[in-house]
Amino acid sequence: MGRRTPLFDLHHCLGARLIDFGGWEMPVNYGSQIEEHHAVRRSAGVFDVSHMGILDVRGPDAQGLLEVLIANDVRKLRSRGKALYSCMLNPSGGVLDDLIVYFLGEDSGPRFRVVVNAGTRDRDLAWIREQARERNVTLTERTELALIALQGPAAAERLRELLAAGRHGPGDPERALGLKSFEAETLGSWFIARTGYTGEDGFEIAMPSADAPQAWRALNARGVASCGLGARDTLRLEAGMNLYGQDMDESTHPFESGLAWTVALEPGGRRFIGRSALEAVLAEGSKRELVGLVLEDRGVLRAHQRVIAAGGEGLVTSGTFSPTLERSIALARVPAGTRGRVQVDVRGKALMARVVKPPFVRHGRSLIST
Amino acid sequence: MSEIPGDLRYTKTHEWVRVLPDGLVEVGITDHAQHALGDLVFVEVPEAGRKVAARDPLAVVESVKAASDVYSPLAGEVMAVNGGLASEPERINREPYASGWIARLRPSDAAALSSLLSAADYGKVLEAEGE
Repeated sequence: MGRRTPLFDLHHCLGARLIDFGGWEMPVNYGSQIEEHHAVRRSAGVFDVSHMGILDVRGPDAQGLLEVLIANDVRKLRSRGKALYSCMLNPSGGVLDDLIVYFLGEDSGPRFRVVVNAGTRDRDLAWIREQARERNVTLTERTELALIALQGPAAAERLRELLAAGRHGPGDPERALGLKSFEAETLGSWFIARTGYTGEDGFEIAMPSADAPQAWRALNARGVASCGLGARDTLRLEAGMNLYGQDMDESTHPFESGLAWTVALEPGGRRFIGRSALEAVLAEGSKRELVGLVLEDRGVLRAHQRVIAAGGEGLVTSGTFSPTLERSIALARVPAGTRGRVQVDVRGKALMARVVKPPFVRHGRSLIST
Repeated sequence: MSEIPGDLRYTKTHEWVRVLPDGLVEVGITDHAQHALGDLVFVEVPEAGRKVAARDPLAVVESVKAASDVYSPLAGEVMAVNGGLASEPERINREPYASGWIARLRPSDAAALSSLLSAADYGKVLEAEGE
């Protein structure tokens, strides 16, 4: 039996189909996965992401640790509540995980919160503890918190209604509702961030486990759809967002994973883990890159299918049917410079696909010309 | 709980078989199978005239989540396929035992039908799988 989140009983009650995800028993869909997807694009949906790891890092050396640990520059977080997306690399530049770091402010030293993937959280924690050994920092895993993602164009309105009930404790709801993208606020016992994994407006809310089922039901009562990992995957792929373990892992570096924008090589003095390996890649030029594919033939692109391009072969890393575009889309790692059309081997048939620059969909609208 | 019509025959791999008045058999996937797959978005049907052995791959059904083979319950020749699935694969979700049929075969050995599962036996297969 897998690990369970504080919302497990509720998922069961709601008739969710449960699957194993990184050792966790998680809902993949409640009813129609496509309807859950559309609910998020058109109105609002709620996801249980309590299986992700929340780690608080504080102490005099907290910033110094993160400067070495992650490839993006934590010094970009100048004011309290700001968030940063980054990769954590191994010494050869491979991606150990992707994560979000929040700056929680100063009190007897800086405080940060790091949110990591479910499948990697134990390994990440061991790695971070090892890097922190000689430093004056305190690491606290916040396993007592549930994490839910409220996503969609109506997310802010639904959050306003949820906060009106006052379950979070003291704290003015307007502070959360006024957040900009990649900002967070602590409101009583809740931590609310304007972040997500869908390409829509939305919030990720960490709250005491006991509050989560009630908050979920309150959102349902306001018309927010319960959404599972199935819809989460189609939404993130339409939004052109990578999934760790599929689109990148320890054997691939950020430059061949569409994540160059998350690597801060300036200022040059910051010796983050993986830096010299990335500099070597950059000096030679990355041989592969991650691109988007839109299938022109009928069928469905899937991970591990072979891509045949003019410059050589590649592989689909994530593929699915896009409910918004009503055709198949994918991310694929192909020879650098691959443009135009490629063929994908789908069960022995060569199907035609067009190379595009992700994202495919943002804020409910297609970004792909047809 | 999924629906298992009493007048059909079944396989352990979740296909159903209906004997038509003209002696052909109609094949599809069960309610349990469509539910497990989730929203179907693409069906690769066989071409008419293809000869298949029992348990050969007959079609591929793809949901948002995954692709899955449909195996031929009997040996025979494909006489007709459900063209409506090209534009409406969701028929399999909506009516797995009616408008969601996949192919019609002329069985090479009609007696082989009796080797397929009854509705009651298929129900036991699902029970064993933990439905």
